[in-house]
Amino acid sequence: MSSPASEWPLWEVFIRGQHGLSHRHVGSLHAADAEMAILNARDVYTRRNEGVSIWVVEAHRIAASAPDEKGPMYEPSNSKVYRHPTFFDIPDDVGAM
Amino acid sequence: MTEKDALFEYLLRLGDNALILGHRVSEWCGVAPALEEDIALANTALDLMGQTQMWLGLAGEVEGAGRSADDLAFLRDAWDFRNLLLLERPNGDFGQTMMRQFLFDAFQTLALAGLEASTDQRIADIAAKALKEATYHLERSRVTVIALGDGTEESRARMQAALDAQWPYVGEMFAADAVDAAMVEAGIAPDPAALRPAWDGIVLPALHEATLSVPDSDFAHRGGKDGVRHTEHLGHMLTTMQWLQRAYPGATW
Repeated sequence: MSSPASEWPLWEVFIRGQHGLSHRHVGSLHAADAEMAILNARDVYTRRNEGVSIWVVEAHRIAASAPDEKGPMYEPSNSKVYRHPTFFDIPDDVGAM
Repeated sequence: MTEKDALFEYLLRLGDNALILGHRVSEWCGVAPALEEDIALANTALDLMGQTQMWLGLAGEVEGAGRSADDLAFLRDAWDFRNLLLLERPNGDFGQTMMRQFLFDAFQTLALAGLEASTDQRIADIAAKALKEATYHLERSRVTVIALGDGTEESRARMQAALDAQWPYVGEMFAADAVDAAMVEAGIAPDPAALRPAWDGIVLPALHEATLSVPDSDFAHRGGKDGVRHTEHLGHMLTTMQWLQRAYPGATW
């Protein structure tokens, strides 16, 4: 037995809508542990047949980039157009890509 | 009792178990201890209502007196109901609700698995659909009972009290009577008494994991599934559940 926490931890929920697609973040919920988080995710986020697979992760386990670092993080790539694959001639036979 | 009478009676038991428990669970809607539990309980109640519609719909068909599932649900009085006593008891606290759910879900998954092999295809089809729902209900109630039993001092005490209070209502699930015998004879349904070892196999390890003590008594209240002696709680529940149809007969939307 452990001392009671005042509230269940927060979990982020990721659901894969169909085979072949990747999991998408759909929202968050509270649950006592991972097993209960998956059951809660099933009830909260897949009531209308939205998913074939559920991932949950405790919100505090997610490391996120800091918003105030967005200059150094992202702006340097703005001026590097050569990183975009737009300099190739694609043969007509290939069709839409 | 003809086989048709026995089948009608048996279908009422299946339908009334789902209806009465479904209504009880629906009473949590909007007041459950957490948003997630609220949604989960509402889902469970809706599953049970869906099952009610199928079982009572078939019961009305078998009876052949032109009664619909709605007629059977809303226009019978307490003594006509055939649900287990366990299921009509008031919800109590969240722990008692989940304990009741667990004790019943374990029984229901076994009964439905037996009904999937019914010689009556209509029953086998309903059972196959209901079993998927019941299997999920069982997983959820089992995990919750274990978490709360093996939880804090207070949650454990509440779960033990829930188990002690409900244990005398367990025996009725397995008490076979003439209706059950007729169903077994016809290959329509499994013998409830024969489900007990498998039920013990599901329930006892979970209660152990939940650090709860199983009461040392096999006393069993009777009178729900045969309608002879319902608890006082059923009538009170029906006044709420049936109010609209009683006050405005035939109302639809």
